[in-house]
Amino acid sequence: MRTDLYTHPDYYNMDDLLSEEHKLVRDAARAWVKKEVSPIIDEHYEKATFPMHLLKGLGEIGAFGPYIPDEYGGPGLDQISYGLIMQELERCDSGLRSTASVQSSLVMYPIWKYGSEEQKQKYLPKLATGEMMGCFGLTEPDHGSNPGGMITNFKDAGDGEHVILNGAKMWISNAPFADIAVVWAKDETGRIHGIVVERGMEGFSTPEMHGKLSLRASSTGELIFVDVKVPKSHILPGRTGLGAPLSCLDSARFGIAWGALGAAMDCYDQALRYSKERTQFGVPIGSFQLIQKKLAEMITEITKAQLLTLRVGQLRNEGKATSAQISMAKRNNVEIALNIAREARQIHGGMGITSEYSIMRHMANLESVVTYEGTHDIHLLITGMDVTGIPAFTREMPDLK
Amino acid sequence: MKILVCISKAPDTTSKIAFTDGNTKFDENGVQYIVNPYDEWYALVRALEIKETSGGQVTIITVGSAADEAIIRKALAIGADEAVRIDADPKDAYYTATQIAEYAKTNGFDLILTGKETINYNGSQVAGMIAASLDFPLVSLASKLEVNGSTLTLEKEATNGLQIVEVSLPAVVSCAKGMAEQRIPNMRGIMAARTKPLTVIPAVAVEEMTSYVGYEMPAAKSACKMLTADQMDELVSLLHNEAKVI
Repeated sequence: MRTDLYTHPDYYNMDDLLSEEHKLVRDAARAWVKKEVSPIIDEHYEKATFPMHLLKGLGEIGAFGPYIPDEYGGPGLDQISYGLIMQELERCDSGLRSTASVQSSLVMYPIWKYGSEEQKQKYLPKLATGEMMGCFGLTEPDHGSNPGGMITNFKDAGDGEHVILNGAKMWISNAPFADIAVVWAKDETGRIHGIVVERGMEGFSTPEMHGKLSLRASSTGELIFVDVKVPKSHILPGRTGLGAPLSCLDSARFGIAWGALGAAMDCYDQALRYSKERTQFGVPIGSFQLIQKKLAEMITEITKAQLLTLRVGQLRNEGKATSAQISMAKRNNVEIALNIAREARQIHGGMGITSEYSIMRHMANLESVVTYEGTHDIHLLITGMDVTGIPAFTREMPDLK
Repeated sequence: MKILVCISKAPDTTSKIAFTDGNTKFDENGVQYIVNPYDEWYALVRALEIKETSGGQVTIITVGSAADEAIIRKALAIGADEAVRIDADPKDAYYTATQIAEYAKTNGFDLILTGKETINYNGSQVAGMIAASLDFPLVSLASKLEVNGSTLTLEKEATNGLQIVEVSLPAVVSCAKGMAEQRIPNMRGIMAARTKPLTVIPAVAVEEMTSYVGYEMPAAKSACKMLTADQMDELVSLLHNEAKVI
């Protein structure tokens, strides 16, 4: 890959709306990414390996639970800082951001919000530094958009101290190397609980999934539970029901909205530079109207997304952002990022398909991002339900006989 | 050891440079500032390394307005213990150096570090002027600095080699590439910077010694002329008559 020359576009002077600390957090994350990640990410992407050596650095820049308070080992930053860090990570690679999103929003967040004091003290400080890594088990092979239909379950072991966990989870980021998994499973009454499963517990395995043509620098696996004996003290006591894991998804989707915008800005930044450098017919290709159309539409969409994303950040800081508002931001930003990646690829001509530029990698990664954490269409239905008050997720199958 | 690190702001290299007031003043509108890299990467980081191995205190000082506190917070986030801002709009190197020297006189620093120059003005004057004001020895453009008791051993690049010098503390050193490696502030540092002390001190009166007559932008890069290997005479002619480099 070429020298990383990235600077973020700021057509509406959005930086003026950030605090000095926000900019310091963002610039530190960017400097770290340029120094440590940009030079090596392509090799990991091509070989489909996760850059394990980056975990400590990710912890140091605050990518793991930036909003977790100091008493649990986190830096206690606000939601906009979290978003900015995710933006800088995904600006480089969605897989890198996925690892940080999962650790922050899907592992640390539920332990912080719903864990016991003992669970918080045990796990959060080590998760914040990256010394301990976690993953999140919600999706199952037959239950993706419908997580409430999950079959993973636990029963009382009868010894007064343990439960017996059975089931399987699929498409789990970080699973192959995670030390712990926050798993969502039904009790004997069908109520969903969060439960912390530790690597090494008998009957728990995490086989890696291969053959991904997207998020190749991220490690994805399954979680398999065969009569796993888990202490009852590992059950998160603070909240039960589907709302608990969905609140984690709100946090993660919020980070994805920022992250996808980062990928979009990286594609635009490269396309703008390339269109001024590349000459055809004796002039820079940026002087052609069709190239300018693409660039003008890109920066317009980026600017709109920047405004939307910052506003959702402000609402989240105030504790007012609704799930539906976060869905809209996630859906919009991933869609514009995919479109911008495709247009930027066209501006780069044949060079756009090579690893010399990050555009094709972003484009392939974003195909996962548009699907995970609520598919593009499910988010549309969330908005539809929010504005009409009528859920359209389920339907009665007509009797075809 | 008490170390004073002088930091200055410099425009981010992506900022658009323009002038106002009939081209006599730099237009700060829309300019993003960073800590001058020579101050940050070399002077500050080396000061922190000395503190980490031998103990002591690192104070950063800048002459500037409240708007410059962003660069001060960054330097604190990287690891400095405290900051001092002399509340003034610096006019020239003499003005800046006099303010810093006045502060240093009453605060007993063992070592004063600066970057070798700022990347916007490239003056390289402040360190020498501070040393002269305080009657301290000066080593400029040092690329290596070791402390042995009350003696500093320094290396600086010389024609075809290295010059190795020793000076006694207290001393002033301007720091060049090689002195240390850039440090990226981590989250703990950024959080700690919130509560580190920042003292604002009024400026002392200093005679203005410089007035700015005008700024000019460098000539725009002209198009590249391509010649073939058999056009040696043409090449020599262009280099001599047009580029005027031979």
